[in-house]
Amino acid sequence: MTKNVALFVTCLVDMMRPRIGFAAIRALEAAGCAVVVPEGQTCCGQPALNSGDRDHAAALAKQTIAALEPYEAVVIPSGSCAGTIRCHYPEIFAHDSVWLPRAQAVAAKTWEVMAYLDQICGWKPQGVSVDARATYHDSCSGLRELGIKAQPRRLLRTIDGLTFAPLAGEETCCGFGGTFCVKYPAISNAIVGEKADAIDATGVDLLLAGDLGCLMNIAGKLHRKGSKVRAYHAIELIAGMGDGPAIGEEA
Amino acid sequence: MSGFKERADAALADPILKIAVERTTGTAETKRMIAIDAFPDFEAARTRAAAIKDHVIAHLGAYLEQFEANAIAAGAKVHWAETADEACKIVIDICKAAGAGSVARSKSMLGEEIGLPHALAEAGIDRVETDLAEHIIQLADERPSHIIWPAMHKTREQVSALFKARHRSPHEEETIAAMAESARRELRTQMLGADVGISGANFLIADSGAVCTVTNEGNAELSLVPPRVHIVTAGIEKIVPSTPHAIHMLRMLARSATGAALTQYTTFYTGPKRAGDRDGPDAMHIVLVDNGRTKMREEGLAEMLRCIRCGACMNHCVVFRQIGGHAYGGTYPGPMGAVLTPALDALAPNRDLAHACTLNGKCQEVCPVRIPLPTLLKGWREKSWREGLEPASIRAGLGLWAWVAMRPRLYRLGTGIAVRALRLLGTKGWIAKLPLAGGWTRDRDMPKPAARTFMAQYQKERRP
Repeated sequence: MTKNVALFVTCLVDMMRPRIGFAAIRALEAAGCAVVVPEGQTCCGQPALNSGDRDHAAALAKQTIAALEPYEAVVIPSGSCAGTIRCHYPEIFAHDSVWLPRAQAVAAKTWEVMAYLDQICGWKPQGVSVDARATYHDSCSGLRELGIKAQPRRLLRTIDGLTFAPLAGEETCCGFGGTFCVKYPAISNAIVGEKADAIDATGVDLLLAGDLGCLMNIAGKLHRKGSKVRAYHAIELIAGMGDGPAIGEEA
Repeated sequence: MSGFKERADAALADPILKIAVERTTGTAETKRMIAIDAFPDFEAARTRAAAIKDHVIAHLGAYLEQFEANAIAAGAKVHWAETADEACKIVIDICKAAGAGSVARSKSMLGEEIGLPHALAEAGIDRVETDLAEHIIQLADERPSHIIWPAMHKTREQVSALFKARHRSPHEEETIAAMAESARRELRTQMLGADVGISGANFLIADSGAVCTVTNEGNAELSLVPPRVHIVTAGIEKIVPSTPHAIHMLRMLARSATGAALTQYTTFYTGPKRAGDRDGPDAMHIVLVDNGRTKMREEGLAEMLRCIRCGACMNHCVVFRQIGGHAYGGTYPGPMGAVLTPALDALAPNRDLAHACTLNGKCQEVCPVRIPLPTLLKGWREKSWREGLEPASIRAGLGLWAWVAMRPRLYRLGTGIAVRALRLLGTKGWIAKLPLAGGWTRDRDMPKPAARTFMAQYQKERRP
């Protein structure tokens, strides 16, 4: 089992909710990993890549590859950023004989954090309890690019006191879509409005997901419509940090 | 015509459209899921379907020639059209030579694509749309909003009002049966009196020269068999090698579109009426239309030519389900339309289509021929970027972000300042109004960022 892992923090986690990064470190260490946060990391280049700006995407991908390649594994608290490195970096360098093997090597050892804890470490949280009812939103990139579905649920089910309600349309996009929500705010709002209504209809206390982008979008809509549902990145609960402030709550 | 955003806004403001679209796509989604669950190894069937299409697209010329020879041997006349205008001209010329005053048209998206309804009107030829949904939108003087259900944007109540106003002997009640009966009365007489029947093709079968069409109403049979002349217009990518291949594609098509095992009517037409046949047209013409398809194959869009027009991508698209088909502005809506429209038309006026997508990947997940729609959409985004079609504000914003992100020390400084500035805008954990991204906060709040970035905290304390 790989123990020496690099944590790629993601720009959203870095700026908006650092406790997701610390939760990832805590869970990985509990699973027996030595965690390093490489200095050279910034943004994986996904905004540029998805906007068609291939030159900047390639430049950021090279920087990220260089920062991450010394480590045995790369772990990311986001299915979307992990999907970019795993699935799209090799595509970016498909015709670059120097960078393609480097991109492929980093892609092959890059994992979304919950998939890594479950599939590679075979670890489960122990002694963690949260007295709440929750529902889970499957973020699109993690679900469809990386096959993340059962892993977070397996980890979350070992938490004492946490019960689950199914979410209608749990695999339906929340309308975040990176820059989509800023470019087409009206369509994005209509989509997230349905997501928020579906979550409210479950009557749960907590919304959990694996990507901060989706969570900011959905939590922001829930808050605007006056919902009492609180939102966390699933890794926060898994790491035993579910007693802290939810997204949008002040410490 | 207004732009995509204006059309989308208008759609979002229409509560009846929302109900109508959700009713149809929701049912389609459920029925497809049940049908796929009951299908033995649907994933392998998808792989085979994609392989069949890839094979014929790679050897398109040879299969088209084989089809042409066999269609001619069966008595049909085969015409080739490179552009939409050429295709329309061929059809109009055939109609005129046949002395046609009226044509019965069976639903064909290719007909819409090449502007055939408009061309027929200009030529002074009466046209009757025989597909129920096409009949509805012909009465309403609208365009299709979906490739399987062209009138899916209309509710039963709206259709009833339309029939009462326009049918010669309209129904009294608003039941589906009564409305269908009214349309049947209206259409049957017109179908039987038409001089020419025009259809599309779901599949062209190379080894027999047969044309396969599917409908759920039997309108194709009624509008193509009685008239003296049958004209088929078909995109050149509709070819399959043989009948067993067509059968495989039919199984994928019906289940993906409506969740049905097969459509109600599946007909193979091979040539015109033969000696001794009681029914059938005296002449059959097949117009094979390129209209940009060869160029698509050459310019990296070969995978799009796999499309069998099932509509699953749009039925499952979160964006389509909010704005419906008309907002897309082209013949083909939804994810497949967003890829096709810039290829058939031009990228500049359609650049919004490639961007109005969250890249969630659901369309690719449900596509029966595994078209990588998100990848193809990103291809259009790249082309748009290379050709300078992206707004200056977006180019500058992304350029600045990348420039800073390429300098990790500057990036740490910049993100530190950014979160402190963002925090000034918030109260009690939330930001209710954002400058520069006001669209986000018009209808939702933005969580306030942490006081210090992860990197700042980690570098200082190494631990929370």
